[in-house]
Amino acid sequence: MTAITAPAPSAAARPRGAVLDFAAQQPLGAVSFVIILLMTFAGIFSEWVAPYDPLHIDFAGILQPPSWEHWGGTDAYGRDIFSRIIYGARTALVISLTSSFVGSTIGAVLGIASAYFGGWIDDWIQRLMDILLAFPIIVLALVVVAALKSVILFGIDINLIIAIAIPIVPRVCRVVRAAAFSVRVMPYVDAARAAGYSDSRIIFRHMAPNVVAPYLIMFTAFMAQAILLEASLSFLGLGVTEPTAAWGLMLSGNAADFYREAPWMILFPGLAISLAVFAFNLFGDSLRDYLDPRFKV
Amino acid sequence: MLDRQLTASATAPADAATASTLTPLLAVEDLHVQFDTSRGVVHAVDGISYTVDRGEVVAIVGESGCGKSVSSLAIMGLLSKPAGRVTKGRVLFEGRDLLKLSAEEMREIRGRDISMIFQEPMTSLNPVLSIGEQIMEPLFIHLKMTEGQANARALELLQLVGITDGERRLEQYPHQLSGGMRQRVMIAIGLACNPKLIIADEPTTALDVTIQAQILELMKDLSRRLNIALIIITHNLGVVARYADRVNVMYAAHIIEHGTADDIFLRPLHPYTIGLMRSVPRLDLPRGIKLETIEGLPPDLRAPPPGCRFAPRCPYRLDACVATDVTLRDLAPGHASACIRADEIVAGALVQAAPPAKSAETAVTIESAEPIVKVEALRKYFSVPLSGSGVFSSKVATVKAVDGVSFTIAPGETLGLVGESGCGKTTVGRTVLKLEEPTDGAIRFAGVDITHRTSKQMRELRRGIQVIFQDPYSSLNPRMTVGQIIGEPLHVYKLVNSKKEQEERVAGLLRQVGLFDYMAERYPHQLSGGQRQRVGIARALALEPRFIVCDEPVSALDVSIQGQIMNLLEDLQSRLNLSYLFIAHDLAVVRHISDRVAVMYLGRIAEIADRDALYADPKHPYTKALLDAAPIPDPRVERARAPRALKGEIPSPLNPPSGCVFHTRCPIAEDVCRREVPQVRQIGPRHIVACHKA
Repeated sequence: MTAITAPAPSAAARPRGAVLDFAAQQPLGAVSFVIILLMTFAGIFSEWVAPYDPLHIDFAGILQPPSWEHWGGTDAYGRDIFSRIIYGARTALVISLTSSFVGSTIGAVLGIASAYFGGWIDDWIQRLMDILLAFPIIVLALVVVAALKSVILFGIDINLIIAIAIPIVPRVCRVVRAAAFSVRVMPYVDAARAAGYSDSRIIFRHMAPNVVAPYLIMFTAFMAQAILLEASLSFLGLGVTEPTAAWGLMLSGNAADFYREAPWMILFPGLAISLAVFAFNLFGDSLRDYLDPRFKV
Repeated sequence: MLDRQLTASATAPADAATASTLTPLLAVEDLHVQFDTSRGVVHAVDGISYTVDRGEVVAIVGESGCGKSVSSLAIMGLLSKPAGRVTKGRVLFEGRDLLKLSAEEMREIRGRDISMIFQEPMTSLNPVLSIGEQIMEPLFIHLKMTEGQANARALELLQLVGITDGERRLEQYPHQLSGGMRQRVMIAIGLACNPKLIIADEPTTALDVTIQAQILELMKDLSRRLNIALIIITHNLGVVARYADRVNVMYAAHIIEHGTADDIFLRPLHPYTIGLMRSVPRLDLPRGIKLETIEGLPPDLRAPPPGCRFAPRCPYRLDACVATDVTLRDLAPGHASACIRADEIVAGALVQAAPPAKSAETAVTIESAEPIVKVEALRKYFSVPLSGSGVFSSKVATVKAVDGVSFTIAPGETLGLVGESGCGKTTVGRTVLKLEEPTDGAIRFAGVDITHRTSKQMRELRRGIQVIFQDPYSSLNPRMTVGQIIGEPLHVYKLVNSKKEQEERVAGLLRQVGLFDYMAERYPHQLSGGQRQRVGIARALALEPRFIVCDEPVSALDVSIQGQIMNLLEDLQSRLNLSYLFIAHDLAVVRHISDRVAVMYLGRIAEIADRDALYADPKHPYTKALLDAAPIPDPRVERARAPRALKGEIPSPLNPPSGCVFHTRCPIAEDVCRREVPQVRQIGPRHIVACHKA
C-alpha cells in the first residue's frame, strides 16, 4: 500500500484575520467600512447619540443656522436637523437593509435555480426578469407603491420595502445566474449528481456557497441603491411619511421653500445621503476586488 | 529586407559551425529567481546553469513546480512583476547579458532573436485578430516590412509549418482552426523573424497524441533545416526521448542531472531520474504488475530541505545527503549528476535493475460471470445552434457524440476506453453515470435497465455506481472540508447513525486511500494534487460502489504521483472487487491498468480486445496509428521507429465523414470505406473490430 508522507498538521498555518487583510489590501474599502460602521452605530443607538428628540417641535427656534446648540441648525418646525439625520440613519438602514436583503436573496435563489435547471425553467425566469428590467427602477417602485395597500409594521411601510426590493431582484438574478452557470459545470456538482443527492441539496449545499461572493457584492452595492431609492420615494411623498425622520423626506416639503433662508435644511440631509451611498458603493467595489482571486498577488 | 531574411536561413549553418565552436548561443549561469507571495518567499529557481548551442534541441524536464517554466520566463524577461524577480545570475545570449538590457533593448530581442511558443494554443492566440494579422505583426514591428512583403512572408511561413491553402487561412480567425492547426500558427509566428532560439513551453501537452507527433516532428525538422536552437520544456519523458539532443532534469528548483538523451534515458545517474523513468508505464516493455513509485511529495520551495532536495524521498539516502550541499559533478563527458552516490550508480552497485516484469502475466478473463455493466447501441446526440442562424430562426445541427457504442464490463474487471479528444469517450462515461440522458440504446447495471430512469428512481442504484474525475482541483467543493466531502454521501444515504460514527467511517476511508485522519479537517486547497485525487477516490468509495467510472483520473497529475494513484486504484480493485470503466487518452496508462481495452474514434467503437491482444496485435488501422504515435521514453526505440503514418486532423463531429468515419485519415482506405459504415465484427475470441479490411 502506498502511503504518502505529509507534514503534521500545524496550527500556525492560519493567515492573519480577514478584516485586517481586507484593510491592508483595500484601504478605500476600509474607510468606507468605517463610515458604514459609524452610520450603523448612529442608527442603532440614536436615542443616546442624538442630542434632541427628532420630533420635538419648537416654534420659538425655527430655521436657526448651525450653532453649538444645534450642529445642523433647525428646520421650519424648530426640529434639530442633526438629530433628525441620526434618526434618519436608522430609517435608511432598516429599509435599505431589509429591502436589499429580500431583493438580493430572491434574485440569488432564482439565479441559481435558473442556472441549475436550465431549459424551460431558465427561459421562464429569465423572461420574467427581462420584463422587470424593462422598467426604470424608479418607475417600477412608483407603480408598486401606488398599487399596493399600505401595511405598517414596526413603523415601517412594508410596501416601501417591497417596492425597493422588486427592482433589485432581476439585477441580482442576472449576475448570480452567470456565476452559478460556471459553478454548474464544475465536476464537484457532477460528483454530487452522480452520488444521487436531491436538487435542493445540490443547490443549497454545493452551489450556493460558491456564489456567495457575487451575492455579497451585489447585496452591498444595492444597499446604496436602496438608500437612494428610499430617499427618492420619500422625497416624492411615496415613502416614509411625516413626522418620521428620513433623509429624503427632509429634502422635500417646506425645505424647498426655505432653501434661500435656511440652506442647511437641505445641505445636511443631502450630505448624509451622498456619504451613505458613496460608502456602500465603495465598499461593494472593494469587496469585489478583494474576493476576486484574479486580483490576489 | 525580405531577401536578407530569406537568405539568412541558407547561410546560417555555415556561420553557426564556426560560431558554435567559440561560444554557446545561450548560456544560463547560476540563475536564481524568487517570488514574493503572501505566504513567504518562494525560491522558484535556485542556481541553475546550462548552455544551448546553435541548432541544438535541449529539453528541460521536470514535474510541476520544479521551476522549469519560470526559468524560461526569466530568460525572456517575462516574469510577472513585481512578485517575481531574478536575484542572481547571468543569461548570456550571444555574449550579451539579457538581464542587464533595458526594457526597450529586450523588446528588440524578444520575438526577433528569441521567440516563445506556449502550451495552450486555444488561449495564446488573440481571438479577435485574424491569423494573418498575428503572423504579420512581428514582421511589421521587428523587420519593418511593408504590407506586401509581410503577406508574402506569412504565406511562406504557413507553408513551412505545413498549412495548405494559406491565402484563405490568413483571413481566418483562431476559433475557426483546430488545436493542432493553431499550434502550427503559433510556431509560424515564432518563426516569423528567423529567430536563433525558440523556447517551447509544453508545446504539445494540450494536443492529441497523433497531432502531438506531427507537431514535434515539424519542430525538430524546422530546427534542423533552419538551424534554430530549441528549448523544449516538458514533463513528458517520451517527447524528450525522440526529439532532444540534450536533456536537463530539474527537481525542486535545481538541475539535478544533465546529459545527452542517451545518457539520461539509458544510463541515468540520479535516483530521481531513475525513479521518474520507472514510474511511467511503458508501451515498449512487458507490463509490470505494479508501478514503481517515488513516494512522498516535492519539497516546499519556501523552506527547502538542506543538502540534496530529493533526499527525503530517496530510497538510497545517506546522512551525508542531508549534511552537505550537493552540486552537479561531471561523471562522463557531458553527463553530470548531483547525487553524491553517483559513482556507486555508475558502478552499478547501488540501484537494482528494474525487476523483470512477468511477461507471462495475462489479463484475467472473466467469461462466465454476468456482466455488471452492459451498454447496448448507446447513442447520445447533442443539438448545437448553427453559427449564422438569426435570433428568430433556430437552425440546429446534431453532433453525434456517441453513435452506437456497445460493451460489457464483468465484475472485478477494468475496461479501458481510449481515444483522442472529441471522440466521445467522456460522453460515454457521463451517459453511463446518467449525468446525460441517452438518446437511444440501453444501459444495464447489475441486470437492471437504467436507461430511462429518473434521478429519483436512480437513487438506490446510485450507491453502486460512482465516479472519479480528471481534475482534482475542480472536482472537490472548495467550500467544504475533506471530512464533509467524504462524509456527505454517508449522511445523505443514512449509512451512519451518529456524528461519531460518521467521523470514524471518514477516518477509515482516508486511511484506505493512504491519507491521514487529521486531513478531514482540511480544505481541498490545502492539499496537493495527488492528495486531492485520493480524496476524490475516498468520496467515491464511501457508498461502497461496485462499479466506478474513472474519467482520466491520472492525466492531470505529475508522473511520480500518477504511479501512486494507479497502484491505489488497482489495490482497491483487488480488495473490494470493483469494476472500472477507465477513460484515458494515454495508451500506456490504459495498458497498465486495464483487462480489456476499447478504442473509440468519432463516437464509434473501432476495436475492443483483451489488453495483451490489442497491444500486441492491433487490427484496426486507427489503433495501429495511435500506438505508433505514442511517444516512448527510450531514444533507441524512438530512433528505430518509422516516421508517423497518420496525417491530417480529426474531422469535425458536426460533419463526420461518410462510411467509415476514419477513412479520411486511414492509410489503407478504399472505396468501400467511403461508402459503407463498417459493421462491428468478431475476429477472434473476445476481439471485435469495426473495419472493412481487418
